Amino acid sequence: MPCIVAGMSVGFALLGLLESGPCHGYDLKRSYDEQFGHGRALHYGQVYATLARLLKNGLVEVESEPGEGPDRKRYAITEAGVTDVDRWLTRPEKPEPYLQSTLYTKVVLALLTGRDAADLLDTQRGEHLRLMRELTQRKSEGDLADQLICDHALFHLEADLRWLELTAARLEQLRDRVRRNT
Amino acid sequence: MRRHPNLGPPLLVAENLVKSFGPTPALDGASLQVYAGEVLALMGPSGSGKSTLLHCLAGIVTPDSGTVSYDGRDMAAMSDAQRSALRRTEFGFVFQFGQLVPELTCLENVVLPLRLAGVRRREAARRAAGLLERLEVADVADKRPGQASGGQGQRVAVARALVTRPRVIFADEPTGALDSLNGERVMHLFIAAARETGAAVVLVTHEARIAAYSDREAVIRDGRVREQEYAR
Ligand SMILES: Nc1ncnc2c1ncn2[C@@H]1O[C@H](COP(=O)(O)OP(=O)(O)O)[C@@H](O)[C@H]1O
Ligand SMILES: [Mg+2]
Repeated sequence: MPCIVAGMSVGFALLGLLESGPCHGYDLKRSYDEQFGHGRALHYGQVYATLARLLKNGLVEVESEPGEGPDRKRYAITEAGVTDVDRWLTRPEKPEPYLQSTLYTKVVLALLTGRDAADLLDTQRGEHLRLMRELTQRKSEGDLADQLICDHALFHLEADLRWLELTAARLEQLRDRVRRNT
Repeated sequence: MRRHPNLGPPLLVAENLVKSFGPTPALDGASLQVYAGEVLALMGPSGSGKSTLLHCLAGIVTPDSGTVSYDGRDMAAMSDAQRSALRRTEFGFVFQFGQLVPELTCLENVVLPLRLAGVRRREAARRAAGLLERLEVADVADKRPGQASGGQGQRVAVARALVTRPRVIFADEPTGALDSLNGERVMHLFIAAARETGAAVVLVTHEARIAAYSDREAVIRDGRVREQEYAR
């Protein structure tokens, strides 16, 4: 299984996990691996680099405990951090290939933090369908080459959309699973 | 989101429809608006109540509660005769399996609704033939539906639904029995012809590629509708 969470998503995933309470870097990494790792754990380096970025941007704050070293620090999400997670979950992704990892992270985070995961999926479906409409329109006005190119994109978008629908139908199951992991 | 060209008041309005066939309701507070001339895709997984909602909108099924109004008139307040006159003159229907009359030729199938509406035989034949031409199935005009392919049969069914120039066409999985190439050809011709006549189309489908021919979509889940709004 490929690494579930790519790039930017890691930051949002860590933030979302912090919504349930302040956490040491080590424990945060562990919850992350349980929810999103799927056999590919995060490196400590990446965890601390990401936390440093979040700290710099005011999305988390540090509650220090006596002693030395990174693991003396407890990270807490700030109000700005919660707003950031909100914004990320509410804004649909631009439909493009290999989106599943980002969408999966969003759905799991919404379920973990008690947000409306069905709504998130519906919004994303709308975004996908909007692009499919555009391509369908372009196809009906274009020549054979346009048609074939649009069809290729349409088949991929359709596959994504079917995944969105399947996930919507399995939200309850996924919610149970995700909650059990915490 | 596409902007609707002339967004007047909705032509069809369903409010808070509830309809049960057993313990769990098929519709549980479903509301929907259909505007004149738009193509609206009604989506949702199988068994989610799409057909039931379509039947309520078309006055074929009476909801347990809630109202449907067409052009400002409450459908429940109409007599059976008025409702069936409405279905004959203002509505057109396309179903998954054409449901053409097997004993009649394809042309005669398309002529039939015009004759029922009192159009003279020659005029009816002329209009029906013109529409078959438009839908690229003139060559099966004199054949029986059984001799036409699935895709051809559906195009004849589309012609039959459009020929009376209805204001609303209800299409329930119109390409559901076709392979994807034929399905798209039918959709392309269907939607182009419907747009020419200015008919609103309520298109029930669970396929995104088919829904992509619409102007906007409404999704049914748990007996309720999540309706996309037009950008104004
Ligand atoms: N005439 C009927 N008698 C009994 N149950 C029905 C009838 N029509 C629909 N249902 C039930 O109502 C629900 C919704 O059906 P339907 O509207 O056909 O869904 P869809 O068209 O989305 O597949 C389903 O559970 C179906 O079994
Ligand atoms: Mg159905």
